Amino acid sequence: MSEYNKPLPGMDGLTKEFYDFCKDEALHFQKCTACGSFRHVPREMCAQCNSFEWEWMKSSGRGTIYSWVVINRALHPAFYDSNPQAVPMAPVVVEMEEGVRLLSNMVGCTPDELKMDMPVEVVYEAVTDEITLPRFRCSQA
Amino acid sequence: MLKDKACIVGIGETGYCRKPGSGMSEEVLQLKASVAALADAGLKGKDIDGVLAFPNLGKSETFAASLGSENLRFAATIHMGGASPVASLRMAAMAVDSGAANYVLIPGGWNGFSGVRVRQTVTTDKNSIPGGAIAWDYYMPQGLTVPPQWYALMCRRHMHEYGTTHEQMGAVAVAMRKHAQLNPGALMCGKPLTIEQYMASPMLADPYRVNDCCLETDGAAAFIVTTVERAQDLGKTPIYIMGAASGQPYPADEFTTRKDFHQTGLTIAAPEAFRMAGVTARDIDFAQIYDCFTFEVIQQLEEAGFCKRGEGGSFVENGGIELGGHLPVNTSGGLLSEAHSLGLGHIVEAVKQLRGDAGERQIADAQLGVVTGWGDFGDGSIAILRK
Repeated sequence: MSEYNKPLPGMDGLTKEFYDFCKDEALHFQKCTACGSFRHVPREMCAQCNSFEWEWMKSSGRGTIYSWVVINRALHPAFYDSNPQAVPMAPVVVEMEEGVRLLSNMVGCTPDELKMDMPVEVVYEAVTDEITLPRFRCSQA
Repeated sequence: MLKDKACIVGIGETGYCRKPGSGMSEEVLQLKASVAALADAGLKGKDIDGVLAFPNLGKSETFAASLGSENLRFAATIHMGGASPVASLRMAAMAVDSGAANYVLIPGGWNGFSGVRVRQTVTTDKNSIPGGAIAWDYYMPQGLTVPPQWYALMCRRHMHEYGTTHEQMGAVAVAMRKHAQLNPGALMCGKPLTIEQYMASPMLADPYRVNDCCLETDGAAAFIVTTVERAQDLGKTPIYIMGAASGQPYPADEFTTRKDFHQTGLTIAAPEAFRMAGVTARDIDFAQIYDCFTFEVIQQLEEAGFCKRGEGGSFVENGGIELGGHLPVNTSGGLLSEAHSLGLGHIVEAVKQLRGDAGERQIADAQLGVVTGWGDFGDGSIAILRK
């Protein structure tokens, strides 16, 4: 895994906590313990009620495709230098059952096969020893 | 109320180029544009007591030091990317109206072709935009690295919900290119574009083709704002700021989770600006819409209230935004076909149209114009100008 040279998240604070859950193959989102709303990306305070009280809640891992972009020409060196087969790739916005959305990528699904509102479920890709990224596949249910 | 309290009294540009590059530093480019704006206004560097520098492209204090602005009283930068110049126009009007400054200079320029490209900004500096750290932690690891990819996500959802088509996006590209044929300073003057050529343009970040994307160019522009009273003593026809506002989508630093995925800063800013000006979208003779990509023109026309949300595609069809159409848009060719002047060029072009100095592309009896800015993850700004 030492060859991985694509961008990686900064591993500190709440971002480290988010990705540490992914490493344990358990997608989590913050849930406000005062008003119950979920949020992503991680933040210190609930924007709905301004409470600082929250807990990590395990996600169902299920969602639907909200939008996507098919990148035919990578404009970042990590995505064309390291692997000419990297394109086309298709980052997707997934709307989760919890109501939050997150940006990810599909596995086992080509860009041509993407459809709006398609049900998907989370899988995990350990890209380095330290970091696992959440990815999605077509729902098996 | 800020209505009619301030005027644009000077504009300046360096001219724009790609290969082999400007051969000047970004500081020199912006100083040359500033000197041109001073000359246009009939002012000296020492008259300038306010400077609003473009984010990441220079410090207000540096400009003042070089221009001999010994009485600098008001120095700031508005961090809204391409929405910064129009937001700065508004802030300059507030500054001169309040007495915080008498003459405010707004410069902006870069070596966007021969120097650092846009694609290298957020990806090399997480502090380059307010949402940069979120992009680093949550977008870039998934391969979403540059603006056309961010906005393509917004565009595809819009296409899904409202039926906006590639042909409609192409109508924007074709209209901008037609206007560029009437502007000798436009990089794409002499290089017309048909809808067939547009549709054959390769996909870059589907739904965006190469021809949906603005140019990358070197060059700078600048303008000067002062009070209505001071404007009367200067040489050029003062261009009045009738209404101006800026706004942020919610949240501004992250766009995937927005409850209203199509909201932009303009959604908030435009009603405020029109209310201030006391006019409606129907009264406007032309619009200079920040056209980083074709779809962003459609989206901003909707959010600015020129048509309803979802109707932007049909609004731009059939020559609707070409000279002679119901709302001529980006009469200079815009970012898509003139040059990427960071949005300052849109203000400069609006001033030329209202002064009657727009040459072959002049709109007959242009009285009222709108200028917008768009930046970062959808920040927006708008000004309504009159002569």
